[in-house]
Amino acid sequence: MKIVVCAKYALDPGEIRIDPSGKPMLDRVPRKISDIDKNAMEAAINLKEKHGGTIQVVAFGPESARDGLKELLAMGADEAYLVVDPSDGRLDTMATAEALAAAIQKLGGFDLILCGEATIDGYAGQVGPRLAEKLGVPQVTYARSLTVEDGSLIAERDLEDAYEKVKVPLPALVSVTREINTPRIPTLMAILKASKKPFTLWKLEDVGLSREQLEQLSGIELVDMQGFAVERKRVVIKDKPVEEAVEELVSYLFKEKVLGA
Amino acid sequence: MAGEAKTILAYSENPDTLFELLSEARELAGKIQGEAAAVLLGEKVEANLEELGAYGASKVYIVENPQLKGFQVEAYTDALYGVAEQVKPELILIGATKRGKELAPRLAQRLKTGCVAECVGFEVADGEIQMKRIVYAGKVSSLQKVKGKPAVATVPPRLFEKRKAEGKAEAVSLQVEVKAPKAEILEVKPKEVSGVRIEEAEVVVCGGRGIKSKEDFKLLGELAEILGGQVGCSRPIAADRGWFTEWVGLSGKKVKPTLYFAVGVSGAIQHVAGIRGSKIVVAINKDPEAPIFADADYGIVGDLYKVLPALIESLKKHLKKG
Ligand SMILES: Cc1cc2nc3c(=O)[nH]c(=O)nc-3n(C[C@H](O)[C@H](O)[C@H](O)COP(=O)(O)OP(=O)(O)OC[C@H]3O[C@@H](n4cnc5c(N)ncnc54)[C@H](O)[C@@H]3O)c2cc1C
Repeated sequence: MKIVVCAKYALDPGEIRIDPSGKPMLDRVPRKISDIDKNAMEAAINLKEKHGGTIQVVAFGPESARDGLKELLAMGADEAYLVVDPSDGRLDTMATAEALAAAIQKLGGFDLILCGEATIDGYAGQVGPRLAEKLGVPQVTYARSLTVEDGSLIAERDLEDAYEKVKVPLPALVSVTREINTPRIPTLMAILKASKKPFTLWKLEDVGLSREQLEQLSGIELVDMQGFAVERKRVVIKDKPVEEAVEELVSYLFKEKVLGA
Repeated sequence: MAGEAKTILAYSENPDTLFELLSEARELAGKIQGEAAAVLLGEKVEANLEELGAYGASKVYIVENPQLKGFQVEAYTDALYGVAEQVKPELILIGATKRGKELAPRLAQRLKTGCVAECVGFEVADGEIQMKRIVYAGKVSSLQKVKGKPAVATVPPRLFEKRKAEGKAEAVSLQVEVKAPKAEILEVKPKEVSGVRIEEAEVVVCGGRGIKSKEDFKLLGELAEILGGQVGCSRPIAADRGWFTEWVGLSGKKVKPTLYFAVGVSGAIQHVAGIRGSKIVVAINKDPEAPIFADADYGIVGDLYKVLPALIESLKKHLKKG
């Protein structure tokens, strides 16, 4: 089975600070592979272990994404491909899907594309469905379990009001939830071996696109960004007998006038 | 086309969400000299024109097709794309249920246009619609504009109120091509949905993985009851353990109570993203290093199984007197 995992080297939102004027400081924010993409990677490994085949990781992002992709190689991907985003992340999900689609097409056919339900920074969940549409394959989103049998994929989807079991013929695209599995943590051996696995860096031109083309395709313009700095009082009551601690808390809550009338 | 009314289309497979979208669409349409319209899709459609009109629709576009039996995203994309091609709307609003959130980007890709996911507000500047969404786990509000037409946006259920007003809707049946979807739905197991509107609760008592069993949530229920509040939970409690259907956080509900209790919740950034609108946050956690204490106004370091019963007793005493 030929499996492609799409991964984002995302800004770690936990590390974003807001400056005194209320603007988010986005320069030099540490990045990491978006958490749920690791669940997609783990799902790919489980399928490969059962059915054999290859796992290719494809990403669209800054050159530094190489570090993150190495982690996925260490987890168990066979090859990684990074299409370098020349825009510093200003392009929207449509441009991203176009770039990923071009890279996947260049790699030849696929049976299954796996991605996370959404990324930790933007949390839009658009790239998966857009990519499926662009490549003309069915999509299964919010999968919390999946199996492959006789060229078809069966997945259980986690929706607000129901679990839905669906069957789609391959090739298809599946987005997975956080709950589908627990991503493995690569061993030191695996990390060392990963540095020898094939890693390919592509410019947009290498996949038949140009920066101008992608900027045109990008459907969204940013007007403004405003940070929310929520300041909490951080009063912590500790090392006190429970009854005393509780009385202290209750008196604070009365002072705040948040305990009923 | 000059002279023709600009249309804001609203679609959701959930009737209440559709009413909310229509109410907002009507208001927005007023600012761009346009009109709001609803889209109804299905194998067979029954349109309550009076109700749809009252909530804001001037027109109701109806597509009936055997392929639209059960929500299949491929077929629903075909149908909505067909409607958009004929109506040429300015903006398509789709309810941000999980089904809506997978439909909108697929539709937007086919329309070769931008889509703003989970919009929390709209502004009109120089006749152009701008959309606000929250990014970076709740830390940043981003105002965005879709470059082309139509724009697509998803809107969280229960964000906007449904509002009735004078208005009449006219039904328009459309013929569009809907292909047989490749996916097949094998089984639907409904969840037991509580119907609690936690987004509107004044007090929320939220439990995390520190709570050992579903039974133990009764303790949280007791606290919530004394304070006239609702019980909520973190994502693993709902999505892993299946004890509830909804959770609080980035990928769940955003709450805005006056008082929020995080009980046995570690305070991951994705959880905190859902509680930023709370006035006062109280944390109860046995780990003094738990990140929730940095995002709380008041905290007690201790075993929730000891703290909660004591807190319940104390509140019973004080609130009776008060
Ligand atoms: C993209 C993405 C989206 C996500 N969306 C959400 C979301 O919307 N909502 C959400 O909640 N999570 C979300 N998560 C998951 C999130 O990262 C955390 O994993 C989750 O919030 C942890 O849940 P928890 O606090 O209940 O469990 P844990 O992190 O396991 O914390 C349990 C806490 O209970 C405490 N505890 C244990 N026993 C006791 C006791 N007896 N007394 C007192 N304290 C005790 C422990 O000290 C610990 O701090 C998301 C993750 C990702 C990657």
